Amino acid sequence: MYETTYHRASSVADAVRIAGESGGEGKFLSGGMTLLPTMKQRLAAPSDLIDLRHVPEMKGIAVDARRVCIGGGMTHGEIAESADIRAVAPGFAELAGLIGDPAVRHMGTIGGSVANNDPAADYPAALLALDGLIHTDRREVPAADFFRGLFETALEEGEIVTAVSFEAPDASAYEKFRNPASRYAMCGAYVARRGTDVRVGVTGAGADGVFRWSAAEQALTQTFDPAALDRLTVDAGLMLSDLHGSSIYRANLVTVVTKRAVAKVA
Amino acid sequence: MGVEGIGAKVLRKEDRRFITGRGRYVDDMSVPGMAYAVFVRSPHAHAKIGGVDTGAAKSMPGVVGVLTGEDLRGDGIGNLICGWMVHSKDGSPMKMGAWPALAADVVRHVGQAVAVVVARSRDEARDAAEAVAVTYEELPAVIEAAKALEPGAPQLHPEAPGNLIFDWELGDKAKTDAAFAGAAHVTKLHIVNNRLVPNPLEPRAALGQYDAADDHYTLWTTSQNPHVARLVMSAFYNVAPEHKLRVIAPDVGGGFGSKIYIYPEEIVCLWASRRTGVPVKWTSDRTEAFLTDAHGRDHVTEVELALDAEHKILGLKVDTIANLGAYMSLFSSSVPTYLYATLLSGQYDIPAIHANVRTVYTNTVPVDAYRGAGRPEATYVLERTMETAARELGVSPAELRRKNFIRSFPYQTQVIMTYDAGDFDASLNAAMAAADVAGFEARRTEAAAKGKLRGLGMSCYIEACGIAPSKAVGSLGAGVGLWESAEVRVNPVGTVEILTGSHSHGQGHETTFAQLIAERFGLPVDNVQVIHGDTDKVQFGMGTYGSRSGAVGMSAIVKALDKVEAKAKKIAAHLLEADEGDIEISGGEVRIAGTDRKLGWHEVCLAAYTGHNLPDGMEPGLKEGAFYDPQNFTFPAGCYICEVEVDPETGKTEVLQFVAADDFGRVINPMIVEGQVHGGIAQGIGQALLEGVSYDEAGQLVTASFMDYTMPRAYDLPNFVVSTTETRTPSNPLGMKGCGEAGAIGSPPAVINAITDAIGTNDLTMPATPQKVWAALKTVG
Amino acid sequence: MTAIAMVVNGREATAEVADRTLLVQFLRDTLHLTGTHVGCDTSQCGACVVHLDGKAVKSCTLLAVQASGAHVTTIEGLAPAGDLHPVQAAFREHHGLQCGFCTPGMIMTAVDMIARHDGALDEKTVRDELEGNLCRCTGYHNIVKAILAAAESTRSAGTPLAAE
Repeated sequence: MYETTYHRASSVADAVRIAGESGGEGKFLSGGMTLLPTMKQRLAAPSDLIDLRHVPEMKGIAVDARRVCIGGGMTHGEIAESADIRAVAPGFAELAGLIGDPAVRHMGTIGGSVANNDPAADYPAALLALDGLIHTDRREVPAADFFRGLFETALEEGEIVTAVSFEAPDASAYEKFRNPASRYAMCGAYVARRGTDVRVGVTGAGADGVFRWSAAEQALTQTFDPAALDRLTVDAGLMLSDLHGSSIYRANLVTVVTKRAVAKVA
Repeated sequence: MGVEGIGAKVLRKEDRRFITGRGRYVDDMSVPGMAYAVFVRSPHAHAKIGGVDTGAAKSMPGVVGVLTGEDLRGDGIGNLICGWMVHSKDGSPMKMGAWPALAADVVRHVGQAVAVVVARSRDEARDAAEAVAVTYEELPAVIEAAKALEPGAPQLHPEAPGNLIFDWELGDKAKTDAAFAGAAHVTKLHIVNNRLVPNPLEPRAALGQYDAADDHYTLWTTSQNPHVARLVMSAFYNVAPEHKLRVIAPDVGGGFGSKIYIYPEEIVCLWASRRTGVPVKWTSDRTEAFLTDAHGRDHVTEVELALDAEHKILGLKVDTIANLGAYMSLFSSSVPTYLYATLLSGQYDIPAIHANVRTVYTNTVPVDAYRGAGRPEATYVLERTMETAARELGVSPAELRRKNFIRSFPYQTQVIMTYDAGDFDASLNAAMAAADVAGFEARRTEAAAKGKLRGLGMSCYIEACGIAPSKAVGSLGAGVGLWESAEVRVNPVGTVEILTGSHSHGQGHETTFAQLIAERFGLPVDNVQVIHGDTDKVQFGMGTYGSRSGAVGMSAIVKALDKVEAKAKKIAAHLLEADEGDIEISGGEVRIAGTDRKLGWHEVCLAAYTGHNLPDGMEPGLKEGAFYDPQNFTFPAGCYICEVEVDPETGKTEVLQFVAADDFGRVINPMIVEGQVHGGIAQGIGQALLEGVSYDEAGQLVTASFMDYTMPRAYDLPNFVVSTTETRTPSNPLGMKGCGEAGAIGSPPAVINAITDAIGTNDLTMPATPQKVWAALKTVG
Repeated sequence: MTAIAMVVNGREATAEVADRTLLVQFLRDTLHLTGTHVGCDTSQCGACVVHLDGKAVKSCTLLAVQASGAHVTTIEGLAPAGDLHPVQAAFREHHGLQCGFCTPGMIMTAVDMIARHDGALDEKTVRDELEGNLCRCTGYHNIVKAILAAAESTRSAGTPLAAE
């Protein structure tokens, strides 16, 4: 990687200050599971790295009744193993346990993943389906407004994802079909049900990144059963296409994977 | 057998250093003053080099030197060569294009090295490599072999018009045509054997050190055959004279063929050390490995099989185009010819065979031997065809095979080979019993009830190992002999050192070779040290590939042991005042047979070295060497049966069961043999389901990292059910055939036969990814 | 350049390193702990797995400066010199290695895996948990066997396996 200057932030305010001083060329470093490999390939060259792993305010998981708030610095492994989250939103914990591999889950954080908005990342599907909130050092943004296409978010320069929160649904589940090589989601569907209201977030498949599949939501709101999706498909023209999955194949996966998530919920 | 002799499951002596992190791989080596090399590589698949400006790079921090293709040419460093001459059927020799270690005029694949930067740290070298400015004039590129043969295709080498390297044939065309004329049934298939990347987990590395004071060179390199590396570098590349070059291949982290060859980077490190005056180390990163390690396979074949009304095979026609990439790698010509077409008779009595092979240049990474090398391609052609024929004829695949098995040995095939021993019914029966083939239809029905598609596929392979009699391979064009050497040094205290020209990079030679001593003299394997991989210690050797270390390397040790044993017996007979014919050695003791008169083994050894009381005229010492040249290839064979379940909604295939019944002849250490089979099967299943190189039309390698090239992971594979049957080969003293490649040879057709059985269409290419299987299912509704 | 200090295999290690130095480079090049290997550039092969404050991490995807202040355990520190950790012993006993290159990472991953599951592992879990470790030699068959055997021996011995 190119030369860079490392800073270890002790607080969110400290991190924001250092970022300001880096003149816009610095980057926040959380788990580093995406940023460091990118830097190793010399595809990113931040002048400064501001390490958020030692910021106490970004740690912790709080579950208050059914309100779940997860610090941006919490790792996928910590989320997957959180008994509090498992108690109210087991589907979300299961999703965290399917990210990367155990070593990646020990380092990678929810804040970093959300801020990166990789089109094949898992959390965005869940946060869309759960109507989650993204908390930053300066505001709270609904997930629907936060995720804006491939690697694009509502984050402004120097803004840090400090936490995410959501209201646990009555039931939810995640189903993931992996890219055989990278093991990222080729299609992942998070299905959340509150009463009869159903939300479906889909990642890995959409050409514009994570999306809510409204047609499926309507069908499932009427009949919460995998069979309700039998005749539904997404427009293949709106799907990603690559070596491992054409847009037509991905469109098929969206239906199959969503049905399987529904079956898990039901 | 003794507890540690032939046939015993002896735990590996070498493991302790590996499990404690004390292995010694090339990248672990440091020498004082060492600097690091980073290569400047072509971003284009095909381009003329306009100029290379090293000015900016030379002034970067930490830079020791920047060298280019012009520098290399100026120093008279020779071009890389292919060491196996193959002639076209018109008698003309193969057309070998020039391959300099650093390109000066034209680059012919993405990743080809153009310049090298040597700097004090890896990061500084990389920084400076980016500052080397190369101007390219892009040329049109061609990626697929068939397209490279078309008129008007971009031309790679002036030496090879039409990109054709050779157009070669084997077998009797007229006889085969005649056989087809009388056929009751002909099965035809179009077969693609996908291009693979070997990907040993240890990337290649080289550390070159020139010592000006002694005018001597040392190269530490990730090699399967350090002596061949030394020979080629001195005789052909003019890097250093053989007697002033020491090549060391220490612990090597897997090879699978890709570390047989002498690559540009090793040559450059050694040369750059002389040019810069500092030791130079290069370690490949994984993307460089994808771009420069020799790839494997990449065949396209039309095959036809003729059968009579009783389902006896009448003849086989094979027409193959093999993509050799941008340059001819060291043994690239032999892989799609003498290691491929010679195996097309398989386990079957085929009275007429004709194979035609065209090899072609394309703007891709050079292709050479990868685990199995030609034999997986032959097996895939034949076993896909046999399974297809059985389906077309409506007979059981096992019965069609059985009907055509060779049962009498020696058997002369129509394609050079003389099979010396085998029992194909035995392995087929063993595999079918282990796989519970009888119960399969019930399992299929059960799976269907769950919405899953089950399939069963088999493959009966034969391969040729222990390559091979030097005289024979010499007549076929090999530039080297394929014997092996060994030296057995018995120390005065009775411990033993085996020096071998074989090289272990995971095969466990330090253990299995020591077992030969345990077997012969009854000494514990702990008393034996196996020394390999250093040209200063071992006089010569041909290295390890083609499953030859057992059949050839160990045979050389046996020959040396015969001499040691004979001398030890003479000494003992003299000391015990007995006839040497009455002396026997076992359990670490040397005794007069049938008596209690004996000496300790160590006493005989000490006597050999004190020289106080030896038979008249005998030289002191107990050290013997041998060169072993095999009489024939050996022919491991077996039957593999794969059972899969396909998820029709996603196309994902799960391998539920994989059964292997192999005949490797005599087995030295069953634990190690099973491990070899496991690893081979994993690579074969990888080829069938997961792995495949993909280039875009411009010649950019799309699968250039583990993010895009699918390596088999633990959850892609089942536990394997492996067993062996045994017919000993009469061709070597141990009766062993070799086991290193069988798994990768026999498994791909078994997997694809199983999937096509499950999905009901035969139109499926490797790797059978979920996307492809799903698409294939759509075509059958 | 930044001054870093960490405890590696129970010993204090201090150095001035370039900020872009990866932990694996620091371990291999500065501390000469060459048992930790690099097999890829994309954090997938797992040959570089070490334990950072008791948890398996990929040392090729971590800067040395990030690990400053932490406790790091490498394959060399898993057991006292001359001894074998039960997982190391199981890999040998079950022939869970051939060329040995992936082995240190495999063992470090296995130790972490067994500790997190309190030794309660089955074949499927072991295979799933090996997602981040590639082996090209063994077909994983004997690696899985070795890990299951080590897990079983931990459970029957009732002692935790964690090295830290």
